[in-house]
Amino acid sequence: MASKLDARIPAGPLKDKWDLYKNSIKLVNPANKRKHTVLVVGTGLAGGSAAAALGELGYNVKAFCIQDSARRAHSIAAQGGINAAKNYPNDGDTIWRLFYDTIKGGDYRAREANVYRLAQVANNIIDQCVAQGVPFAREYGGLLDNRSFGGAQVSRTFYARGQTGQQLLLGAYQAMMRQVSAGTVTMFPRTEMLDLVVIDGRARGIITRDLVTGKIERHLGDAVLLATGGYGNVYYLSTNAKNSNVTAAWRCHRRGAYFSNPCFTQIHPTCIPVSGDYQSKLTLMSESLRNDGRVWVPKKPGDTRHPSQIPEGERDYFLERRYPSFGNLVPRDVASRNAKYVCDEGRGVGETQLAVYLDFADSIRRLGRNKIEERYGNLFEMYERITGENPYEVPMRIYPAVHYTMGGLWVDYGLQSTIPGLFVLGEANFSDHGANRLGASALMQGLADGYFVIPYSLGDYLGGTRIEAASTDHDAFEAAETDARQRIGKLLSVKGSRTVTEFHRDLGRIMWDHVGMSRTKDGLEQAVDAIAALRDEFWQNVLVPGEPTTYNKNLEFAGRIADFLELGELMARDALMREESCGGHFREEFQTEDGEAVRNDRDFTFVSAWEFTGDPRTSVLHKETLEFENVKLSTRSYA
Amino acid sequence: MSHSMRIHLKVWRQAGPNAPGRFESYTVENANEHMSFLELLDVLNEQLIKEGKEPVEFDHDCREGICGSCGVVVDGVAHGPQPRTAVCQLHMRHYKSGDTITVEPWRAKAFPAIRDLVVDRSAFDRIMAAGGYVSVSTGNAPDANAIPISKVDADLAMDYASCIGCGACVAACPNASASLFTAAKISHLAKLPQGSPERKMRVRNMVEQMRKEGFGDCSNHAECEAVCPKGISISAIALMRREYLKAATS
Repeated sequence: MASKLDARIPAGPLKDKWDLYKNSIKLVNPANKRKHTVLVVGTGLAGGSAAAALGELGYNVKAFCIQDSARRAHSIAAQGGINAAKNYPNDGDTIWRLFYDTIKGGDYRAREANVYRLAQVANNIIDQCVAQGVPFAREYGGLLDNRSFGGAQVSRTFYARGQTGQQLLLGAYQAMMRQVSAGTVTMFPRTEMLDLVVIDGRARGIITRDLVTGKIERHLGDAVLLATGGYGNVYYLSTNAKNSNVTAAWRCHRRGAYFSNPCFTQIHPTCIPVSGDYQSKLTLMSESLRNDGRVWVPKKPGDTRHPSQIPEGERDYFLERRYPSFGNLVPRDVASRNAKYVCDEGRGVGETQLAVYLDFADSIRRLGRNKIEERYGNLFEMYERITGENPYEVPMRIYPAVHYTMGGLWVDYGLQSTIPGLFVLGEANFSDHGANRLGASALMQGLADGYFVIPYSLGDYLGGTRIEAASTDHDAFEAAETDARQRIGKLLSVKGSRTVTEFHRDLGRIMWDHVGMSRTKDGLEQAVDAIAALRDEFWQNVLVPGEPTTYNKNLEFAGRIADFLELGELMARDALMREESCGGHFREEFQTEDGEAVRNDRDFTFVSAWEFTGDPRTSVLHKETLEFENVKLSTRSYA
Repeated sequence: MSHSMRIHLKVWRQAGPNAPGRFESYTVENANEHMSFLELLDVLNEQLIKEGKEPVEFDHDCREGICGSCGVVVDGVAHGPQPRTAVCQLHMRHYKSGDTITVEPWRAKAFPAIRDLVVDRSAFDRIMAAGGYVSVSTGNAPDANAIPISKVDADLAMDYASCIGCGACVAACPNASASLFTAAKISHLAKLPQGSPERKMRVRNMVEQMRKEGFGDCSNHAECEAVCPKGISISAIALMRREYLKAATS
């Protein structure tokens, strides 16, 4: 079975691999492309750009999304920007540096060849988006503006106000709608993929549910592209949109696609804290705020005085104290973990005591209110809209929140999973960010995969594979549809006493407490058992209202929570197996005396790839060893 | 400190596209000033499910005002009383205990009802497919800095491009016109050199599609601008008309 994990990285020097790959792949004759049907599931940055690019090439594309329009995919919420080593500012940026920063930022748990290709095609993305009319920020001379981001020493981030994700997504959506008009792409909005259909070992179709009528349908294709995003909502509260889920990816996992590095999750330090049990999601605020805000909590546990009543000497600026050289600008994972520690000590602030202050008073004194308003005005406004507090006068309260998942379905260099014909793009795959993703690189990866990688690697597959004729009457379709129908029937028939949201919230609590920012062997073992028990209870006691044949959000969510209840256990098992601290995965047993992460390169320089065996309790671990031929592994230090 | 609030709701319930609709009254006893309006509906729904009733269906996704999924009429105003705020970002601190709030779906012929507060906005996708893009296939692009664009134009293009496609403009318009939505895209692309070669075809096709979908025409009420969560100016509509006139007379 280990041979399934052949990453098929082209031979040759790192900088030539992608060209050599393109020179050697099979091609599909232009006249034959329309004879190939490609099913694209998910139409965010990765899926939307893939559908557009493949439609332009002449493939017959069917694109599916759960939203009422492809324009609403969660990529739209990305604020900050997109990286590319254009080196327009003349500050010394190169493709190599973008590659190196990304691989180092991922704590050396990503594939060199994939990351280098990402850095290479990033420039094409910027060109393509500008040509589409994406209104990136510009300088008065009319040329594109860049800003720095996430600790990089160069300015390589392109942005469109605080709405870069929205503008890039609309660019991809518009390109796709152009293909809808041209007849090469057929769009299926409000349609959820419930299962993958595998015929003779190849991905050949999907089973879908129409979210308005409940109609179950079969779709046949020559290949399936999954671009269904991340699984952060396993934590219940996250910055993800409410509909983001793992179901399509998990169904593929159950059909044979290996799931990689599920424990690598990113927790973002600057989010607006939870205010109560009714809370449905968390809102991120750009981490640029840490440039001018000072993070503190009271020295004394349980100090409920108003922040203005707490004198300077009774405040603990804990990041400045522990990390004197980086101070408030330590990386995301370090800042998040330390906020958790002080709250665990009972020193958290606000009503829930699950928050720390981010105080701008010193900066306002030093720079003036106008300067701060110029830099962060929109963020301060957003904070006030949500919390009702004016951050110019009262320190902000912030707390970490789950933001991005680096893990996902295993793919080879051509983005193909362990099921031939199933390709995985964007956040749904594991490939480019290792154990930690740098800011402004999620958008880059989604569009790289969709516009510039899949058009080649899919062509190679279709051109080099004899795909047998099949129909939706095939037994595999019949079986998958029956499974999907039975599952829906079962969810509705339990008629227990607890709602889907209650189960989701319980799962989230287990995940956050034990598979969150800081993990221990004991905690993870408890989580494995607790999740399994919750899963059993779910199938005995869930209460799903309504009918299968109407718009029924609770029914949609019930199926997704059922899958999260399996994924959660796999995440805990993966975290238990990985006896080291790296990137977003921090095991308390593996830290220095100063509390810094201790990576174990000798034993854990590999990608975990889990095989589903029929029961989440017995998933089998496979390993893809990572070879570093071009960079030297070093230890991150911020003290 | 947060205070528990009692909120009465009058909510439009409709089982399906052809079923008759009606208002139903509910009370949420344990609302809270920090909640968003959609979280209030979440709490109501949990309550209804526990009582063995069907929850109120509404579209929502990002809950941070950017995806455009959500949208209901709150006390007669699309997205509710707060300016430049999508209903997911409306917070209960703007209400007081004992208030009654009326909630309705977007109402327009071109947005057929689906269920409760959910309507079908796919007409917007068809308007976009009629020409809301620049015809540039992947891989054809020149260097991103090859064509300078004045900052003023780029910023204006961004103002128009910030439309989230929620449909509040249609819901607020006495004519149920989609002029602001359509004009925002036409204006975004008209401000940029990249969109220029096909601008005449674009405006003709998009405006034609808007009519075909059954949206009304614009008669300058400006209700759309007032409710737009992104504050998009009706100057877009003026620009669309100029573009249309130029296209029609050439």
